[in-house]
Amino acid sequence: MSRPLLKPLLVLAFVSLASMVLSVGTGSVSVAPGQVLAVILGEGSNLQQTLVLELRLPRTLSAFATGGLLAVAGALMQVLLRNPLADPYVLGLSGGAAVGALLAMLAGLGGFLVSGSAFAGALLSTLMVFGLAHGTGSWTPSRLLLTGVVVAAGWGAVITLMLAISPTQRLPGMLYWLMGDVSYARTPWPALGLLALVCLLVAPLGRSLNVLARGPMQAAALGVAVRPLEWTIYILASLLTATAVTMAGSIGFVGLVVPHMLRLLLGNDQRLILPACAFAGGTLLVLADTLARIVIAPEQLPVGVITALLGVPTFLYLLYRSR
Amino acid sequence: MVMSKRPIMQTLRTRELVIDIPGRPDGYPLDLNIEPGQIWGVLGPNGAGKTTLLHTIAGLRAPRSGSLLLGEQSTAAMKRRVLSQQLGLVFQDRQDGFPATVLETALIGRHPWLSPWQMESADDVAMAERALEALDVLHLKDRLVSTLSGGERQRVAIATLMTQAPHTWLLDEPTNHLDLHHQVAVMNLLTERAKAGNAIFMCLHDVNLAARWCDNILLMYPDGEACWGPAEHMLVPNALERLYNQSLATVEVDGAPFFVPKRG
Repeated sequence: MSRPLLKPLLVLAFVSLASMVLSVGTGSVSVAPGQVLAVILGEGSNLQQTLVLELRLPRTLSAFATGGLLAVAGALMQVLLRNPLADPYVLGLSGGAAVGALLAMLAGLGGFLVSGSAFAGALLSTLMVFGLAHGTGSWTPSRLLLTGVVVAAGWGAVITLMLAISPTQRLPGMLYWLMGDVSYARTPWPALGLLALVCLLVAPLGRSLNVLARGPMQAAALGVAVRPLEWTIYILASLLTATAVTMAGSIGFVGLVVPHMLRLLLGNDQRLILPACAFAGGTLLVLADTLARIVIAPEQLPVGVITALLGVPTFLYLLYRSR
Repeated sequence: MVMSKRPIMQTLRTRELVIDIPGRPDGYPLDLNIEPGQIWGVLGPNGAGKTTLLHTIAGLRAPRSGSLLLGEQSTAAMKRRVLSQQLGLVFQDRQDGFPATVLETALIGRHPWLSPWQMESADDVAMAERALEALDVLHLKDRLVSTLSGGERQRVAIATLMTQAPHTWLLDEPTNHLDLHHQVAVMNLLTERAKAGNAIFMCLHDVNLAARWCDNILLMYPDGEACWGPAEHMLVPNALERLYNQSLATVEVDGAPFFVPKRG
């Protein structure tokens, strides 16, 4: 059984690498793929060094990390709620993060404080949704989903209010952040590290997640400690989402589209789906960001627009098909 | 390799067990000894608490009072994983989360026997295929479970339990949705398992299946009263008429009583 897992992952890893090389090479000045690798290994002109190593590579890696984090978080949430439509963004996480970030921007803070505030907002939203959905009774997926949707709507209203009362000169930055934009990202390394760490952490949980996907009672009867596992998934997914949102603002639908596509292609073994999501989510966002940079060059689109244009039809199609 | 040895066949005992049905007064405390080789049938009208009892014995619900012992050990103190190597349950209703094939579904039964890093081996797959074969669903192994009929799903669920290979088999209405032939096939399979030393404990709606195949019977009345014992002592017309609040006619088939509800 382990060889069939390895092959799709190797293919996806190769595709990821290719998309990154493409992304780094594309722009106002294009760099050939061979040249990209040479520059990374320390050759090439000063201009190319600056262009690739300081401008494009960090942004590409940030896009990859963000996409990977979101896709893995989405896949985890879907197992948790046993609902292929679950997505960290549907559950109000990004709303909380956005309110946190906008508050910081409104206060005239910048840089690290915006990120920190977004992170705090995402975690606050997580606690709220889970606390309220847990309530006094049981913790059903539909309750969790509904609570998430309502909390998200609440955050939406707060965001509108904040935009309405903000001074005009702060609006463009805020809007860009709300739409999701990788160019805001500072360093990709902590996020990439977290992505790798979580993939390693969930690897031994994969089969338990497969069992949990059959329902909590069946999982308990097969020896899974259901409640601790559910908390682990939720906390991990929240952490992943919060990190992604903090890096790049609200980028929707990656967590929905990527796991769904992979499940159609590769089946439902979470041991394969979770690492595959890291690669495919990263690749999707790298490509979307490349597109966002070149569509109306020299102007740039926020990458969230591209993912939403892909995600909304997919989501509606899924809803339409589901019974 | 953390694959543990087969557990020693142990008697599952309930001690002063009172199941917890919210809003209902305590029922009669149960002191059952479910021994290796026995086939228990639990009979009772709708809402008598049969499923709750099964879930309580499987450790999925806490009892209101009393305890469960496996051998000399309290099941409450056992790890879930160890417990599910000894106790397995076929649920009455199942939910499909994500699409899965029949073989994948049966393979899930190996979960309690594998360590977190272990993948299913060829032996595990062979075991699942043998179980599917025994339940006459091997030809469906690559089909999605969601495309099967109710009876086929029921057989896949029993095959999953067989793949899990626990010592004690708990089954909630295992003959639900099954046609007559497969009802008999499943009951014969359970008899075979009992002869091999497994303990079988199942809820049934069909008194006559219980009369033919079970050696021990637990009757659960809607008011919480309960009585149990060897089948021939429990399956008497008076008791059953009171149990179901339905008058019955009794005929004899193959030397065993056969109960038919009277009209009106």
